[in-house]
Amino acid sequence: MVVLRRSFGKFFTSRLVGPLLYLVAFGWGLGRSIQVDGGNYLEFMVPGIIALGAMNTSFNAVGVNLNISRLYYKTLDEYLIAPISAAAFVSGKVLAGSVRGLIDALVILALAFLFGAHLAVGGWFFLVVLLTCFVFSALGVVAAMVVNSHEDMANFSTFVILPMSFLCGTFFLPDRLPKVFGFIIDVLPLTHASYLLRALASGQGIIPLSLAVLAAYALISFAGGVAAVRAVR
Amino acid sequence: MLGPNGAGKTTTFRMLTMLTKPSGGSALISGCEVTRDLRKVKKEIGVVPQHMNLDQELTARENLELHGRLHKIPGDQRQQRIQELLAYVELADRSHDLAGKFSGGMKRRLMIARALMHRPGVLFLDEPTAGLDPQARRNIWDLIRRMNSEGMTVLLTTHYIEEAEVLCRRVGIIDRGRLIALGTPAELKKKVGEIVVEVLNHGDTEYRFFAGREQALQYAGSMSGNVLIREANLEDVFVELTGRKVGD
Repeated sequence: MVVLRRSFGKFFTSRLVGPLLYLVAFGWGLGRSIQVDGGNYLEFMVPGIIALGAMNTSFNAVGVNLNISRLYYKTLDEYLIAPISAAAFVSGKVLAGSVRGLIDALVILALAFLFGAHLAVGGWFFLVVLLTCFVFSALGVVAAMVVNSHEDMANFSTFVILPMSFLCGTFFLPDRLPKVFGFIIDVLPLTHASYLLRALASGQGIIPLSLAVLAAYALISFAGGVAAVRAVR
Repeated sequence: MLGPNGAGKTTTFRMLTMLTKPSGGSALISGCEVTRDLRKVKKEIGVVPQHMNLDQELTARENLELHGRLHKIPGDQRQQRIQELLAYVELADRSHDLAGKFSGGMKRRLMIARALMHRPGVLFLDEPTAGLDPQARRNIWDLIRRMNSEGMTVLLTTHYIEEAEVLCRRVGIIDRGRLIALGTPAELKKKVGEIVVEVLNHGDTEYRFFAGREQALQYAGSMSGNVLIREANLEDVFVELTGRKVGD
């Protein structure tokens, strides 16, 4: 938190760039001529880019930083020789990543309102955002511990995070894709984060199956993070 | 632990400090087995790695604060200890500066302070003066001597011969992953001969070791060309035991 407070200005302004571009390009530009299920495309897209932003920010905040700290700065050693459990370490990292992801989601929400989006945002909405941040922060821990070079960390983002960014119900509904793609996309966590946030923002309420899938991913990725930290020695 | 680069000093350190799992064998620190009694060993050891692994984005004080919290040192004691240690390593006036802005010597001193935060019984220093200028190196030497004179067991690795000679009561020479000699510097030198005669012959130097000065003088007198008589050092011990120089 000390580091985040110290570099908050830089972090905050950098969080504005991506969402602004998405909102201008897909909201104002492309989105004016598109309707989804009879509704406004901007309001369709905003929950998707909140899920996307939460994923990217929390994954990068934990995964990229921790990978550099393990392989380059070696600050991870300081934690490995301290009398703390792997679970405590992963909890700290996940919490730090989730705070950053949550800030990112709030920035996108604020921008979306400025762009004229009408969204029903309540407690469940933020809980799902938090759960999404949790999943991808913990996945960041796993990747940082397993991947053995900065280049491969970038490859991990390219092959795992980037396809999810575009295909998991963020900018369009995956039911328009061929069935085989639809099945793969349906098992990915970001799909369920997008579905949940979109349903909640449009006032339809929670989707129990998607919530269960996201919660299961949270448990699995946290357990994976703990196992990966234990195995890194 | 003295040995050339790649001899296995850091790997041995990493095994003793539980950062690398040993493939076999056992090691005891203050009666605790390093692969079994992890928590006890972690409390008992302080580690200063070769790599400058301070958090560059935190101040000197915050780096110590973080370490104190990781070791669950209660608030009041933690603050008092931070004050004491910053003064001990002569960084009290820089306590609010970011660690990333420190010179190499200051970073190393801060890392030593950090390792001492939880009052360990054994301090591990991996190449504590590697990459430092002569003045910074002497400051670190003084600090190590002071800690040792106050009762701290200090285990250090080095590939600098003079560092081992000046600082260590007991020296283990390690080469290609094996401990090839262990003893006080005097004992090790006795093993090969305390007096060395160097004979320069057509660009090659030949080394002969003798137990006493008289035998060395006698030998030197019988040689033609440039001859140097001197006391043996740990490098001579290394060369004699391995057939190579430390830097080779």
